This record gives sequence, structure tokens and C-alpha cells, in this order.
Amino acid sequence: MMITLKELPTEEYILPGNASCAGCSAALSIRLAVKALGKRTIFVVPACCTSVIQSLFPLTSMNIPVLNVAFASAGAAASGVTSGLRAQGIEDITVVAWAGDGGTVDIGIQALSGAAERRADFIYACYDNEAYGNTGMQRSGSTPLGAWTTTTPTGKREEKKNMPLIMAAHKIPYVATLSPSYPTDFVEKFQKAKAIRGTKYLHVLAPCPPGWRTDPAMSVELGRLAVQTGIWALFEIEKGIFSLSAPSKPLLEKSRRKPVRLYLEEQGRFRHLTEQDISQIQLNVDEAWEHYRKINQTKICP
Amino acid sequence: MALTLVDSGDHVAGLAAKAARAEVVAAYPITPQTAIVEIIAELVNSGRMKGEYICVESEHSAMAASIGASASGARTFTATSSHGLAYMHEMLHWASAARLPIVMVVVNRAIGPPWNVFADLSDSLSQRDTGWLQFYCASHQEIFDTIIQAYKICEDSRVLLPTMICFEGFVLSHTSMPFTIPDQQDMDSFLPHYKPGWKLDVDNPISHGTLASSDHYMELRYLLQEAMDSARELIPIVGKEYAERFGLPYHGGLLEEVSCDDAEIVVVTMGATGSEAKVAVRRLRDDGYRVGLARIRTFRPFPIEEVKRIGRKAKAFAVIDRAISPGVGGPLFTEVQSALCDLEVRPLTMNFIAGIGGRDITAKDIETMTMRASKCAEKGKVDQRLTWYGLKE
Repeated sequence: MMITLKELPTEEYILPGNASCAGCSAALSIRLAVKALGKRTIFVVPACCTSVIQSLFPLTSMNIPVLNVAFASAGAAASGVTSGLRAQGIEDITVVAWAGDGGTVDIGIQALSGAAERRADFIYACYDNEAYGNTGMQRSGSTPLGAWTTTTPTGKREEKKNMPLIMAAHKIPYVATLSPSYPTDFVEKFQKAKAIRGTKYLHVLAPCPPGWRTDPAMSVELGRLAVQTGIWALFEIEKGIFSLSAPSKPLLEKSRRKPVRLYLEEQGRFRHLTEQDISQIQLNVDEAWEHYRKINQTKICP
Repeated sequence: MALTLVDSGDHVAGLAAKAARAEVVAAYPITPQTAIVEIIAELVNSGRMKGEYICVESEHSAMAASIGASASGARTFTATSSHGLAYMHEMLHWASAARLPIVMVVVNRAIGPPWNVFADLSDSLSQRDTGWLQFYCASHQEIFDTIIQAYKICEDSRVLLPTMICFEGFVLSHTSMPFTIPDQQDMDSFLPHYKPGWKLDVDNPISHGTLASSDHYMELRYLLQEAMDSARELIPIVGKEYAERFGLPYHGGLLEEVSCDDAEIVVVTMGATGSEAKVAVRRLRDDGYRVGLARIRTFRPFPIEEVKRIGRKAKAFAVIDRAISPGVGGPLFTEVQSALCDLEVRPLTMNFIAGIGGRDITAKDIETMTMRASKCAEKGKVDQRLTWYGLKE
């Protein structure tokens, strides 16, 4: 079901004056996500930038209940909230584990994997700024090849962990990739996830001006470039079937994809890349799209 | 109708969780706790226990899921042991500082290496600073009674702290004893449906556990200490109410005293060693020695005043620790000494490290330790502060 920007709910659940950085796309993602899910939503948040965005006790910028938990525990804690509500006969509340990439692909992967295997009924949303942003930008398993971080001062030598496919391998009912730069696609995916029983995994690419060394005014544009260059493909894996989402689908045609150079050159974290590095990244993206062509509209996790 | 059964300590714990009407159980198996998770799985799957059983993939997640369930407003139970408890450590702090009244059974077991599955209190004693109430049980009836009482104590709005119920692996977990389960309706009126102190509520949205600066952190920790002090008051009251209501022997209070009124030598210990110590004290009394027993039931809150009161009259304390804090001595010993140091005239204190890694502690052993303390009292000085009892050459 397509929605338009005009149809987005007008209620605001993340209040202005919060402690997010200028141009923070995590804050924008929270705004869109809770708009999509509505008031009867509980967030479970491990250590990540969102623990800062909530602002200092006794104040909070969040207008829904939030349970902050320790770094490794989001998947398990959310699964506990879900079971606790069900034990009390409460069935109409959406539980969301809202975690950064470190808390998802690194320290939190065990608890998430366990919850997914148990088919715990909640949405796990990873907002991915591709490094440990809260601690000043150290590398994570989600940092892409070549990116500068404070612990990869000459650029990361390994590729980004493919978390959406790892989650799809758990045979959960719904996996999707999102970008807040595509708000209607973003909202539709959250609403779709809300309606499905079981574990739903949503992975959001979240541009981070201080960490990516970019102009705060460019965050939305960078998210668009990530999709338009094909470095971040928007797709869904529903009941094991992979399908590219509307903004990404046309990019199966190579000529429709912008060169990755346009995305990389906007960011200070890629400034040191050589021509050869950029060619390698372009090659990797093209390879990924060859793969998407093969698997689009097919069951990838039988 | 009340029911008297004969079963293992682990099964007693599972049946107590059912009797307390725990709504969510999140647990991970570890020897010698396994029989608890198995009986609860059986009870839940057969429909005899209403609630959700979450088969988590680790103990860290067991406590995380318990925190989530408790925060949602559900009465929550879990159980672990040894390495499992150590693996939970981070989340133990989280549960207490989040003020969630989770009840957890800890079946005490040694920590590796070398691997050893037998009785040792080092696992729970090394969690003493996590802000959990800690009870140590000496019999199956006490395990049952303490689990029911624990919910009443820790869910009280003046307390709101999680509680560990500890008992020794195999010594109690895998041996059978008779115990009585009171009538369920009576228990339901003793322990009514859980009314949370706070919960995740969409109609009253708060951010729980968010950042707090030094402007508030200290006060939040002060409130936790205050809650421990409230528990100290409440524990004997709830114990007494329980015993009177169900006509069961009193298993309450911060410590159990046996013949301490005129005792010159007092044995101080915890857990099932306390049962052996009762036998030892009785035999020595029969032989004409003025000895007594102070069995510590709650390590947190620690019975400071009770230990002082007994210490005022005694000549010597023989403190038996089934645990070791390397570099100091027994964890119980240091707590007892700390309580006694307020007294102007103090008893002599001796520490016996015994039974660690599951080595047997018999009543005969305790008699020997007590007589050593008696000799010191005669001489008026301690010749050896710390003794590794029965240490092989």
C-alpha cells in the first residue's frame, strides 16, 4: 500500500530540543519510525547514540516508553518485554529494539540471533552509521571497506558484514533495508513490519555528519546518493523471497546507477582513497548488483 | 489443601516459582540448576503453570529478558549457577539499579578452571556488590518458603530490588527431603497479584535508565542503599507472617540462632553447612560445651546488628566459609569481622575455609573446628587467623 508524504501522521514522538547532533539521521529515523508505528509502541534501547538523543535524566525527548538496557542485550530484553506483555494478555503494543550497528552486528548479535531463532514477536531496527559513533567513531563490523575511523586510521581493510542476509538466514518472516531519505518507503516498511507476527529485522543506513566528516546539511542528500549509486540497496525479504524496493529496482540497469565516486567524494572518511580503491569499491557494488539480478523475486532462504 | 512431598531441591525451586505464580521465566541450563529449568518447562508446556517460558541462548540474555519482562509489569523468575551467574554480572547490576524485583535461584557451584560442578559459594558471594538481596538456604522447606517470601519482600514499594535465593549444588539441589507446599489459595492471599512499582506504560511514557549526570547518579544509588535497609526491616516481619499463616517452622529473619544465649563459642556459617553445624552444636552441648550457631540467612542485607548482639556475649567465633576471596580470606569472615569491630569488647575470630569445590563438610569436621576456637578462647589469643581445613599436603 503506497502512502504519500502528506499522509504521514502529524503526531511527533521525538520532541524538539533533543541532544542529537546537527544533521543526525538517527533522530530523523526515530521520528519517522514512531510516526509509522504510533503511540502504542515501546522502545528498547541498548548503548548507542539514541541513549544520548533521549537527553539527560530527568528529562526525555521521547514521547513513548523507553527501556534502556546494556550494550549486548537489546534482542533479549525486547524479547522479555514481548513475553511479559503477552503473559499479561496485552497484545496491541509494538515492541521495538532500536540499536546502532555496533550493538547489532558486533556485541549484540548473539542476543538478536537467539531472539530471532525463537521467533520472538518484535521489530529489531538497526540504525547503521557504520561505526561506534557514540564513543567517537571507532570501527565496527558494519564499517565499509576503505572507510576511515579512529581505529582504522588508514582505512578499513575488510568488507562490511552483511547483516540483513544473516538475519534472513534465520528464516524470520520479514527483513528489509531502509533509508530515511526515502520517507514513504521507510514508513511503509515499518508499518508492514508492525502487522507481521514474529521477529522482523529492519536495517537503516544512517548518515552521520561528525563521523562521516560531512556537511550536516547533506545528510538526506547522502542517503539518496547511497541508494542512487547502489552502494545501499533498498530491498525486502518477505517469507524468504528477496525483492528490490521501488527506489532501487530501476538500478538493476547499470546505466541507471550513479558512480559510487559521487557518494564517496562527499565524505571526509573516504578522502584518502586512491583511484584504485574507488575502482575496487565500484567493482564490488557492480558485483553485488549482478547478484541482486539473480536473486530478485526468488526465494533466497528456502 | 496443603501438600507434603518428597523431592529434590531443584524441583522445590521450580514448584515454588509456580506457587508464586511467576508469569515469565527466562532461563538457560547449567549444571546443577538444570532440573529447575526442566521442571518449569514441563509445568508450562503441560499448562499446569500459566506463563511464558523463554528458552534464551545465554545467561546474559536470561537476565536481559528477565529485565524486559519485569519492566513490562510481569512477575519474573529465573535460575542459574556458577559460570552462568558470572556471565550475567553486567545485567545483575542493571536489574537492581533499574529497581526490578526479579527472583532468581542460584544453585551454588564452583567456578573453573578446573571445571568443577560441586558446591561452593564463590559464585554468588562474588556478586555481593550488585545490589541484589541474597538469601542462603539450609533445607528444602527453607528453599520453598524463602522463594515465596522473597517476592513479598522485594516487590514491596519500599524495597523494589531483585533477590537471589542460594543453595548448594548437589548437597541440596539433587538430594530429596520432605517439604510442605501450603494451600494455593492461601498463598495467593499471602502473595497477591504483582503490582509493579514502575512499568513500561504507553499511557505514561517515561525513558527508563537514560543518561544521568553526577547531579543525580549519587542520589539514585543512595535510594538503593535505603531500599536494602527497608528490606532489612521487612525480612523478619514477612518471615513471621508466613510461618504463622501456614503453620510452618519459622524460616525468616536475617540469621538463624541456635543456643547462642549462653554460648562462649559461636559457629558462624551459611547454607547447608548450617544444617551440619546444628548437629555439631547439639553434640558438643551434650558433652557440656557452651557452643552456639549463627547461620547467616541473608548475606545482603548483612545482619550487622544481629552479629554484634551475639558477639557481645561470646568469647570466640569460628567462621566457616565455603568460598575464598584470594588475598583476604573467607568472604563471610570479613563481613563478620567488620560487624564485630564496632564492639568495645570483641570475641576472638577464626576463619576456616572448608568444603570448597564440593568437598564434604561433616558435623565431625565442624566439631573439630569449634574445639579449635574453644582452645583459642582458653588461651585468650588466636594462633591462626585463617585455616584451610583439611588441606592435603
